Amino acid sequence: MKLFKIFKNGIINDNPIFVQLIGMCSTLAVTTSVSNGLAMGLAVVAVLMGSNLVISLLRNSTPEKIRIPAFVIVIATFVTIVEMFMKAYAQPIYQALGIFLPLIVVNCIIFARAEAFAFKNGPVASLIDGLGMGLGYTLALVTLSTVREIFGAGSFFGIPLFGESFQPAGILVMPPGAFIVLGILIGIFNVARRKKATSEI
Amino acid sequence: MSIATILIATIFVNNYVFARFLGICPFLGVSNKMETATGMGVAVTFVVTLSSILTYFIQKGILDKLGLEYLQTIVFILVIAALVQFVELVIKKMSPTLYNALGVYLPLITTNCVVLGVAILNIQEGYNLIQTIFNAIGSSLGFTLALILASGVREKLELADVPEALKGFPIALITAGLMSIAFLGFNGLI
Repeated sequence: MKLFKIFKNGIINDNPIFVQLIGMCSTLAVTTSVSNGLAMGLAVVAVLMGSNLVISLLRNSTPEKIRIPAFVIVIATFVTIVEMFMKAYAQPIYQALGIFLPLIVVNCIIFARAEAFAFKNGPVASLIDGLGMGLGYTLALVTLSTVREIFGAGSFFGIPLFGESFQPAGILVMPPGAFIVLGILIGIFNVARRKKATSEI
Repeated sequence: MSIATILIATIFVNNYVFARFLGICPFLGVSNKMETATGMGVAVTFVVTLSSILTYFIQKGILDKLGLEYLQTIVFILVIAALVQFVELVIKKMSPTLYNALGVYLPLITTNCVVLGVAILNIQEGYNLIQTIFNAIGSSLGFTLALILASGVREKLELADVPEALKGFPIALITAGLMSIAFLGFNGLI
């Protein structure tokens, strides 16, 4: 039951994008289409689970003082593995994500989880935490990219939804749209959370 | 590409914050006050320029020669982390005044994606040393400009009547979106 709570925590209560507001760069940049958002989300899930597991296993043999460089090396290794894997098996996605794939290294979510969770908890709990946080991040990315793709390009997963006469709001798939849609989504999430909090009291 | 083109492109047209989405975390974190925004901007300019030069030599001198290009991400992030520590130590010894002004921002820079982003883009675009230096200066000036402009708006925003749910980060993001639209106007410059 406790593991389920950790898992749910990552997706809803402590959602990295909507609640903790970390890891914004890649969120804004890759969400021009749903397939890019999903691919980026899954890449982060893979890195986060791997780094959480290894850091948790090594937590007793890592000296406190050099933990940050140790985290960096573990995270960078997993990012390189994911990068090479995508380059070999998913070339178009690799091209679309471009610079943001190596930049997963400096994504604050992964550091934050290593420092706040994996370094203090056992391997199984850390693995579940990585999965939950990663899926929470993916959920935010997919939501944001769904809104942007449907209204900005008139399609979903690249399949056109509306007829020829539909005029998409192109601004949504351009950089400004990312900021504005994310701002409004966080606002909506805030309202929903506040409603839930007051009904529980 | 000429140096002037690189500078204009990186400061205005492809502004790292508004068009390329690098360095959003510090952009949202420290753009509350004009003073902190300027401090962060100066620190980033300093580190980005130094790290670009260093990573350029490492890429050309070590990684390319030995065929270890796939280690780029790991090596670059380690170099940047070490460089930030080193810069912090040197500034602390040499100029306590500067250290007091920049000190708090320096550790934050390691996880600022502008630094690693610029280093990787320099290599991807195939810039030579001179172009690398100007690309680094231009990008960090663009970052500083975005930070200072946003802090100016957000100082005023604190007095505005914002809907409860949008207070804080959401309204900052929407403000950034509107500024980003303004920056789209620079598109025709090059």
